Amino acid sequence: MQGVIDELQKIVGRENLLTRKEDMVTYSYDAAVLDSVVPSAAVMPETSEELGEIVKVCSRQRVPLTVRGSGTNLSGGTIPSSTSGVVLLTGKLNKILEINEADMYAVVQPGVVTATLAAAVEKKGLFYPPDPGSQAVSTIGGNVAENAGGLRGLKYGVTKDYVMGISFFDAMGEHVKSGSRTVKCATGYNLAGMMVGSEGTLGVMDEIILKLIPLPKARKSMVAVYKTIEKASETVAAIIANRIVPATLEILDNFTIRAVEAYSRAGLPVDAGALLLIEVDGHPGQVEDEGRDVEELCRKLGADSIKVASDDTEREKIWSARRSALSALAKLKPTLVLEDATVPRSQIPAMVRALQEIAVKYKIEIGTFGHAGDGNLHPTILTDKRNKEEWHRVESAIEEIFDKALALGGTLSGEHGTGLAKAPFLEKETGISSILFSRRLRKAMDPYGILNPGKVTGVI
Amino acid sequence: MVEIKKTVPKMGTKSEAGMKKLANRLKELEDQLVVCIRCGMCQSVCPLFEQTRREADVARGKLALLDGLGKNLFTDPDGVDERLNKCLLCGSCAANCPSGVNVVEIFIKARAILAEFKGLSPMKKLIFRKMLANPSTFDNLTEWAGKFQGIFTKDEKNAQGTSCARLVAPLISPLINDRHILPMAAKPLHKTTPMINTAPGRSGLKAAIFTGCIIDKIFPAIGHDLIDIFKYHGVGTYIPQGEGCCGIPALASGDMATFEKLVEYHIKLFDQEQFDYLITACATCTSTIKKLWPSIYEGKSSGIREKIGRLSEKTLDINQFLVNKVSFSNDTQGIKSENFNQNNVRKTRVTYHDPCHLKKSLGVISEPRDVIRASGKELVEMEGSDKCCGMGGSFNLYHYGISSKIGNLKQKNIADTGCDTVATGCPACMVQISDMLAKEHLDIKVRHPIQLYADFLREQKLI
Repeated sequence: MQGVIDELQKIVGRENLLTRKEDMVTYSYDAAVLDSVVPSAAVMPETSEELGEIVKVCSRQRVPLTVRGSGTNLSGGTIPSSTSGVVLLTGKLNKILEINEADMYAVVQPGVVTATLAAAVEKKGLFYPPDPGSQAVSTIGGNVAENAGGLRGLKYGVTKDYVMGISFFDAMGEHVKSGSRTVKCATGYNLAGMMVGSEGTLGVMDEIILKLIPLPKARKSMVAVYKTIEKASETVAAIIANRIVPATLEILDNFTIRAVEAYSRAGLPVDAGALLLIEVDGHPGQVEDEGRDVEELCRKLGADSIKVASDDTEREKIWSARRSALSALAKLKPTLVLEDATVPRSQIPAMVRALQEIAVKYKIEIGTFGHAGDGNLHPTILTDKRNKEEWHRVESAIEEIFDKALALGGTLSGEHGTGLAKAPFLEKETGISSILFSRRLRKAMDPYGILNPGKVTGVI
Repeated sequence: MVEIKKTVPKMGTKSEAGMKKLANRLKELEDQLVVCIRCGMCQSVCPLFEQTRREADVARGKLALLDGLGKNLFTDPDGVDERLNKCLLCGSCAANCPSGVNVVEIFIKARAILAEFKGLSPMKKLIFRKMLANPSTFDNLTEWAGKFQGIFTKDEKNAQGTSCARLVAPLISPLINDRHILPMAAKPLHKTTPMINTAPGRSGLKAAIFTGCIIDKIFPAIGHDLIDIFKYHGVGTYIPQGEGCCGIPALASGDMATFEKLVEYHIKLFDQEQFDYLITACATCTSTIKKLWPSIYEGKSSGIREKIGRLSEKTLDINQFLVNKVSFSNDTQGIKSENFNQNNVRKTRVTYHDPCHLKKSLGVISEPRDVIRASGKELVEMEGSDKCCGMGGSFNLYHYGISSKIGNLKQKNIADTGCDTVATGCPACMVQISDMLAKEHLDIKVRHPIQLYADFLREQKLI
């Protein structure tokens, strides 16, 4: 290992190479509730050239390499693969290289923080819609590697819908370019598409070209109060069935409403079975029409009351309730497991019922909120991992949530990725031949198995 | 001079048994440590992480290290201690923490446990236990030092009133570095105004003033302004003789003994008189008295915890007091009233820096701005007004390079407003910002909001 460390130090200098145990411990975890693994070294390149050299060293020396942005991963994708592994930090590869207004794209390094990019393009009247919950810290590299989603998935899609091109270093440290700055590009394999959601197992990205769109001119937010979560989830299905696509369509169950109210005293109706938070955006005329239609639908399907935000302050109030959902729940118990099993949106009512039954069956607390409009709920389990008996029940409940989502035609993960947490369950969703195919693909691209081994497809 | 007895015997060496003992002590923090869900949101607000991009520099990393130390992951505590101490204690992480981890309290308690284990350095022992813990000794020593400062530094005659190290003092200049320091006042507040005790006037309120070291020794003018403002508003004023330090420097270094001695000393001192509020013009003193005295003090003296509780409840920042408590329903010259004759006032533009210890620990945001506007100024918001200035007390001493980098961002944001004055409600921030502005040779004055208000009252011939 010392040889590797010496080589890495030659590339990045003493300042950007960490090996002390006290530093290694801080790169042994991410935001997933999983056991930590302490790596041997962490290296922080400042240029693409350094990045490529590091991959070459790891390749030559057969050292497992895990790339880490801000370590906000919820499926364990950034937990090092082994104690002899190297963690590659993208924190200093954080430059926005280009924002092209004429052609509406941006070129960024992988360490650029999502919210920083969103703010920079907004200043120019442009829009980068993917807004994962961790956008204030998450990096574009991480978003691409996990195919991150967010609140706007329903209308605007997720990260994969905005990736136009990626250049990366393959497992041998060779520089590979894919995609282009054009809207259309039909040359070669769609390697950029393959890199999206690859969780650091197929290559190490150094530049990403992202599509931008015009910033919507108008928007309208509203909150609808329901006696039961069933009625709220039926409204979600009805809005979609009526061919209306809101920018965001979020649900909060009673448990979450009470937690948010206790935390923020925002004046939420604590007796409500559920709240729907809805925003429509686009051209002012369209916003007016759709807003009115949504309001009517909510009433027709049994909303007790509907409040439409009349200005930015009221809009802010509505969305701060949604944003504080996770914080409010997190304050209740020491351990929080945030799941993201996703179903076709017409199945939201069935999934909501199933979650309530699972909570009762395993005697655990589940707060449910999330992106109802795109079928991506976040059942959030509150527990204390130190209580072993309860933790077992939690694990069983999680497995049953997975089974239910799959039975309803859904997926194990809408936006958090497979990583370590869901790798053992992947076969349930895809079948063994898909996993074997993925493993062969991976083996061909990474013959020495150095790129984030153990993630996604299990051990290769 | 009262000798400080160590409350707990030293835990011992870095032997395996010693490390186990240390791990056991850290278990006391376990219930607070498990609150961290490792989401990493602290990375978005930590001023130190913004500079270094290292996980050990941000709260999540440090909490993981304390957790590791409690689980016997390390063979000696030095690496963890070093990383734990590399923190501004600005509380930006705590204020933005989704799960509400009480980061500052955890770090302070952990520093105390580690200091107890490792022992304080001889230098810190001398400074905290022999000087800071004894207000009169501290006063005498700083006064003595103040008399000689002119030999070592030279006045730069700039807007900030700073001095820099003289070339003739090669011995002391490495200590001062290239800092542009604010000299100690010729006469500290406690010399010119050893004690005040006046009855409530038209406000019907009586307020005790906790001066704080920096105001007493570097900015006594703020203290005088405060006294004049209280006189004008008819607030009965109480300043007891012999006030000392609020204890934060000792606490930040883990010296619980000195901290507790200072708390007990001041509780007794302020117990001698009845008053409605304890007011400070120092954000750090306010937040220390209000939040840390009740949460950190563990001493056993009878009844003292209740007294600490009562005093901390009465403690308010000066801006908060003036805007929210000094009520002027029958008084046309109230601070928030629009009836001041501002026609003859030249509306100068002033920008405001939110001290971390006001905004993030106490949630005081609008009141200092109200005071600035009431002083006939036009308030211009800077970019990132609530970003830490990089001072962080002793952080500035040990990590001057990073402290300056953080401060430089602040300096740029201030300069970008085009204002000729920046106001802030914390004298420690004033010291740092003065240094940063002086380095850039910028003609921008650094003032406390109540200095602006006092100037205004003087211009109006009201005081």
